[in-house]
Amino acid sequence: MAATSRVASAGAVATAELAGRLPTARRRDMSGTIAHAILVVSVVVLAFPLYYAFVISTQTLDEVTSLPPKLLPSTNMLQNYADAWTRAKMGRLLLNSAIVALAVAGGKIAISLLSAFAIVYFDFRGKQAVFWTIFVTLMLPVPVRIVSTYQVVSVLGWVDTYWGLTVPLLASATGTFLFRQYYQTIPDSLAEAAQLDGAGPLRFLWSFLLPLSKANIAALFVILFVYGWNDYLWPLIVTNSPEMRTAVIGIDSLIPRTSQLPEWNVAMAAAMMVLLPPVVVIVVMQRWFVKGLIETEK
Amino acid sequence: MKRTVFRNRWLPYALVAPQLAVTIAFFFWPAFDSLRLSLYRASPFGDRLIFIGLGNFQRLLADPAYFRSVATSFVFSALVTFVGLAVALLLASLANAKIRGLAIYRTLLLWPYGIAPAVAGVIWMFVFHPSFGVLPYLLSFVTAYQFNWFLKGWVALVLIVVAAIWKQFGYNLAFYLAGLQAIPGSVLEAASVDGAGPIRRFFAITFPLLSPVTFFLFTLNMTFSFFDTFGLVHAVTQGGPGDATSILVFRAWKDGFEGLQLGYSAAQSVILMLLVIALTAAQFRFAEKKVTY
Repeated sequence: MAATSRVASAGAVATAELAGRLPTARRRDMSGTIAHAILVVSVVVLAFPLYYAFVISTQTLDEVTSLPPKLLPSTNMLQNYADAWTRAKMGRLLLNSAIVALAVAGGKIAISLLSAFAIVYFDFRGKQAVFWTIFVTLMLPVPVRIVSTYQVVSVLGWVDTYWGLTVPLLASATGTFLFRQYYQTIPDSLAEAAQLDGAGPLRFLWSFLLPLSKANIAALFVILFVYGWNDYLWPLIVTNSPEMRTAVIGIDSLIPRTSQLPEWNVAMAAAMMVLLPPVVVIVVMQRWFVKGLIETEK
Repeated sequence: MKRTVFRNRWLPYALVAPQLAVTIAFFFWPAFDSLRLSLYRASPFGDRLIFIGLGNFQRLLADPAYFRSVATSFVFSALVTFVGLAVALLLASLANAKIRGLAIYRTLLLWPYGIAPAVAGVIWMFVFHPSFGVLPYLLSFVTAYQFNWFLKGWVALVLIVVAAIWKQFGYNLAFYLAGLQAIPGSVLEAASVDGAGPIRRFFAITFPLLSPVTFFLFTLNMTFSFFDTFGLVHAVTQGGPGDATSILVFRAWKDGFEGLQLGYSAAQSVILMLLVIALTAAQFRFAEKKVTY
């Protein structure tokens, strides 16, 4: 594909030259330089708030409140991170976030893999109804059923538990549709061959479909891990003890409010700790992340 | 449809059971219960529910504070979506050239997606901090106006808009860049030979060809700014000052969990539900049109 487009643009360049335009090589260089300049500026502007937050997280209270603002890292980093860690019980909060993010991502993937398998590879009574039931969940995000979902969890006795934090989030229409779409592209001959070899449906799922779905699983995992880690409304509603809060909510207690000491250095230290895991997952798994972004929004 | 299907009487039901159980218990039942609850209000001692028909909805429609929330939500989402997309598209168009290192730029653009809206808010809170933040400090050289978001509603709104755009901007730009790279250069060169200037070329060729990307990003940003920004408002402004940043989801949560007006909150949930259904329907209508490109 790259080759054909190169040929096409070479043709266009030739026409442009015939039309008496600027020497093309020079124009190419110019537009390349402009492009790099714009992208570098964008990247730097995007990175600045993060850099600023990091710098603040290394400063003493005096430096944080001094004017003009100091924009270079300082020496108080360990102290601030230790303060944030102990004051907000950050260890426990990060553990909770990790449990929630992994359970939500893993659970959603498992549940949607199984239902997509049933929908694509079986004929059963009520299949259409099942499909539409799953589809309609797309229109029912947490904010449109806040109070009532809390009441269900409360009846089950799941308030302030890991069950309450994770199970109600596990249904996933996007995951199911992603796997369904993918299974439909797999040639029928594969299932036929597996059947001839005497493999039952579960064997087929485990030994054939699962390995083939690796890329899709990874893509979904990145998106769902980030979603689970960063979700705010549901953990806020369903937990009330400080030990069961997740990290994004825990920061709240460190934000200096009007009448408090402006310890923004400690707040920023907490912010850095909370934002690091999902950002690292995105950067490390970038290829799958992009795939996931595109696939889940289709 | 698959031709080869496995035959089994109960297995398919077992396979869909977990998904259906969660869906029914935590999605369908609460959704119906919200509908029911929206017709009741709690008794003065909160011990039982009193049926009041459409009373909650009448109250909502007569409540200027609710309409302020509707307006705030739409202004907020419109700003996040349109400003975010317009700037990204402008920069992407200017940067549209054959460039090396695109993968590196992509990494450096995509990471902010991983930051929780609430955490993005905390960072920008300090950037905007009236006493110590770098932004009011710089602005103080230009104007004596006090950009204090503790006191001025519009500054607080700008603060959360900027935090939300910051989180979204990188991937808006990355997707526009990818979309632009997919447009064959020959089409644009041909147009320029025909005498179309850069602006004409953009609106006649580039923008229509990018419409699938725009549509994709539009939906993503609208959904994000409407439903995923609760944490941003809760952590940063608490809906204030006054109720200048009380977006709809925040108000529904506050009336339900702080005001303990369950029926009133449920009625707001029902209205949000109608909104999501409308958005989804619109999405599918446009999605069909989009395919014709």
